[in-house]
This record gives sequence, structure tokens and C-alpha cells, in this order.
Amino acid sequence: MDLLQQLTQYAFSGFSTGAIYALIGLGFAIIYNSTGIINFAQGEFVMLGGVLTYFSLTVLRLPYLVAMAVAVAVTTAAGAAFERLTIRPLKSPSPLSLVIITIGGSIFIRGVAMLLWGKDTHALPPFSGNDPLTVGGASIMPQHLWIFGITLLIIAANKFFFYYTISGKAMRACSHNRTAASLVGIDVRKMVLLSFVISSAVGSLAGIIIAPLTMTAYDVGVMLGLKGFCAAIIGGMSSGFGTVLGGLLLGLLESFGAGLISSGYKDAIAFIVLLLILFIRPQGLFSKAQTERV
Amino acid sequence: MLRLKNINSYYGQVHALKNVSLHLAKGEIVTLIGANGAGKSTLLNTLSAITPARSGELLFEGNSITTLSPSRIVELGISQVPEGRQVFKPLSVEDNLELGAYLRARKRAEKGAIRDDLAMIYELFPRLKERRKQMAGTLSGGEQQMLAIGRALMARPRLLLLDEPSMGLAPLVVQEIFRVVEALRKEKGTTVLLVEQNAKAALTLADRGYVMETGKVILEGPSGELLENHEVQRAYLGKEKKEIWER
Repeated sequence: MDLLQQLTQYAFSGFSTGAIYALIGLGFAIIYNSTGIINFAQGEFVMLGGVLTYFSLTVLRLPYLVAMAVAVAVTTAAGAAFERLTIRPLKSPSPLSLVIITIGGSIFIRGVAMLLWGKDTHALPPFSGNDPLTVGGASIMPQHLWIFGITLLIIAANKFFFYYTISGKAMRACSHNRTAASLVGIDVRKMVLLSFVISSAVGSLAGIIIAPLTMTAYDVGVMLGLKGFCAAIIGGMSSGFGTVLGGLLLGLLESFGAGLISSGYKDAIAFIVLLLILFIRPQGLFSKAQTERV
Repeated sequence: MLRLKNINSYYGQVHALKNVSLHLAKGEIVTLIGANGAGKSTLLNTLSAITPARSGELLFEGNSITTLSPSRIVELGISQVPEGRQVFKPLSVEDNLELGAYLRARKRAEKGAIRDDLAMIYELFPRLKERRKQMAGTLSGGEQQMLAIGRALMARPRLLLLDEPSMGLAPLVVQEIFRVVEALRKEKGTTVLLVEQNAKAALTLADRGYVMETGKVILEGPSGELLENHEVQRAYLGKEKKEIWER
């Protein structure tokens, strides 16, 4: 295989893992924007998506699509319960206690998953076929195409929700100014709950579509969550294209780094990028100066 | 229409409203004047249930609203235009107005009425129509004030609470905004509670006034009387004691 083919290959795998990071990052950004909380349990929603699908598929013997729907529904319910039980009871929490609470929540969810489903690693069957397609000399799994397609759909749906529906606009209003949002009658607590519902649903979908490629287990949420967090930081915590670009960039860097330097550095790359961004451009790579008058 | 009985409210640890009682009749424009920190904004926020009253009673059209949530208050017909405008800056002008009708937008039957109201706001403030696709943060201070008022009106309030609408605005813009407030009363019978530091302009517009100092109402009466009151002249209208003495 010549170099060009190899590079194309790296690009494909970079884009598909990048798409996953983007989805996970979106989950972070949605919650952060409506509540100011960085939800470190986001990765566990991703894990739940994959593990629950596997469980519904093999133990409950449900058809694949139904299993996915069950996984998304249960994860979403878990996300809502998480908000209700941990975030809402707090009267005026400090950012530090919120971080500790979400980390605690993630450890709890991981523990429960381990007790329920064991420590084994499982692969989900690919959505359609196992035969790689050849594009430009590089081979690509059909699952990659599914990942691109579903990611695009989710991003488009998000964009539509936040910019063209009254609930989405209300959520953006809330994230900008809670008092003013209450004054027009928006129930801020409902919007916080909604942000957890949306991001746990998006997270579980990400977990499902990547599971056929990378396997799933009770502890995959840690790494995936951190990568998604990186993507969101690169994108400046925007719940739009910034985070998506951040995810893709991270995926590409990882895949090229692993291919050209050493696969041992794959995970290190994400954290080097994260540190660099936090040192040099903490507002994110793509955030533009805002024109605003006060 | 609105009656406050012995309201006590806290802004953080500060006892910001001390046994405040006041009332508004339907269709009245009443102003609340006083220095910074007198508790005027806290009073409006207590009415909007943002800082709920610790004790006392709030009656709106005869019903107690003391313990209701902010959204219930808006639903009942009390809208606030907050201090410093507080428009949703990253959202477009039109989205801001649409969110003003947030509680109505969830009822299908209201769709047409909301569109009519939007047209009405654009007629009231033509400048907002020109800029309806623009981000609210890019508007000038006066335009943001108009937007904040428009947003509150989209909820079809029967009682409008205005918090320092003249703050930081050019006199001409203030005049335009006060003209709109007067027109609202005339055409829709909207009752208005106007909080102002610009006491002269406010008393000229309003029928009656209350003067607040350190959380208490210290004076009340028809605007004309307050304008003539020596204490008010000295403290809020910038007239020297000497000047008053000479007359």
C-alpha cells in the first residue's frame, strides 16, 4: 500500500472517530451552555448506549433497531434521573462541588454497569455488512458511512432544534440570561432537565454507532468522555459547528499521529491538544470576537 | 388592580423591602422613585417572583399571587422590562420578541394572535422591524430598550413593570419610550408601574408616585403634589434648599 493510500486510510478513520468525538462533545456543550455545568458523566451516557444495546440484543433478544431504541430510551431516562437526583436538589452549588458531583455520578453509573453486565468487552454487529468498500485505494467499513450519516443527521437535528423551535430558542435564552428567561415565563429548571435529556440521548447514540467498531464495555465511557470533552474545549464549548470541527480535528490528529508516529501516542495526542488549547486559546479555536454593544 | 400589603423581601442578606404597601388602580401609570439601593428593583422582582416575598401579601385583581412561580405571574398578565434591558443578545430581534410570547406559543390557538402582536410591535417600534434578523446584542442601547419593552408586550400584559427604562439613553429616545408607554395606556388600557431615577420625567408622565428610601415608602401622592413637594425637590429633582427657600 503506497503512502497516499495510507493517508486516505488514516483520514477515513480519523473522520469517523472524530465524528464520534464531535457527538460526545456536543453533549458536553449542550449541558454547559444551558447550566454552566461541565458534566463529567457524559461519557457514561455513551457507554450506556453501547452496553444497553448489546444487552437488549443478546439477553432480551430484541431486533437490532428495537434494541437501539431501548438503549436510547433507557439512557435518556438515566440522564433525566441524574439531573433530578444530583443537580436539582442543590440550592446554590459552587462550580467545584458540581464537578465533584458529576464525577461521582459517573463513577456510580460505571459501577452499576459493571455489577449488572460484568467486565467483559463486547462488540455489536455492524449495521450493514462486514465487507470493506474500497474508495480511492483505501478501504472503508460500511459502519464508517453509518457513523458519518447519523452524525450529520444528529447535528442537523440539533441545529434545527436550537435555532428554529421555540423550546430550542428558550434554551439558548436561558443559557444567556436566566433571570430574563424567567421574566418571559421560561421555566429554567425545565430547560436544565431538557438539556440533560438531549445530551444523554445524543451521547447514547454516539455510543451505539461506534460500538461495532471499537467494542463496548462498562469502562469505555472514561476515555470517550475525555475525548469528547477535548472536542468541546477545542470548539470553545459552542453547541454548534465549533465543537463538531473540534471533534473532527481531534479525530484526524489522533489517527494521523497513530499512523505516522506511533499508535502508542494515540491517547496522548488528545491530551496534548487539550493542554495546548487551554494554555494558548482557552476560548477555543473557532470562537470569533463578538460584536456586541452594552 | 394590584395591591401590596406589608411586603418584606431580602436581596441576598439585605432586608431590601420593609413593610412596603402600595396599590395601583386599573389603567393607572404609577411611578416609584428613589435613590440607588432604595429597593425599587427588588420590589419589581418581588412582584415577578424572582425574589419572592418573605412575608406580606400580593394581590392581583383580587387574587393572592404571593407564592406563585415567575411563569405563572407572566401567565396572569404581569410582565417586567428588567433593569439594563437584558435582551437575549445572541438571539435575533425577532427571536427575542417570539420568546416574549413563550407561554402563549405553546397553545395552538394563539398562533395567529402572536403574529398580529408581532406586527403591532413592529408598528410601535419600526426600527425593530428594520433590524429583525440582526442579533439583539448589536442593537444600540435605545433599540435594546425598545426590544425589551416589545418582548414584555408580546406576553399581552395587563400590568407592565418598567425598571429604569431611561437609564443611559439620550433624552430624545427617552421621550419616544415614554410616548409609547402613554400610548399603551390609552389604546390598550395597560396599567404601568414605572421605576425611575429620572424623577422629573417619571413624575411628568405618571398619575401618581411613591417615593422610596432604604426599603420603605416614605411619601406618596399625585404626581403634581410630589413635584411640588420640597423634600422631593431637594432629594430627587436636584433643586438646592436655598433655591426652594428663596421662592
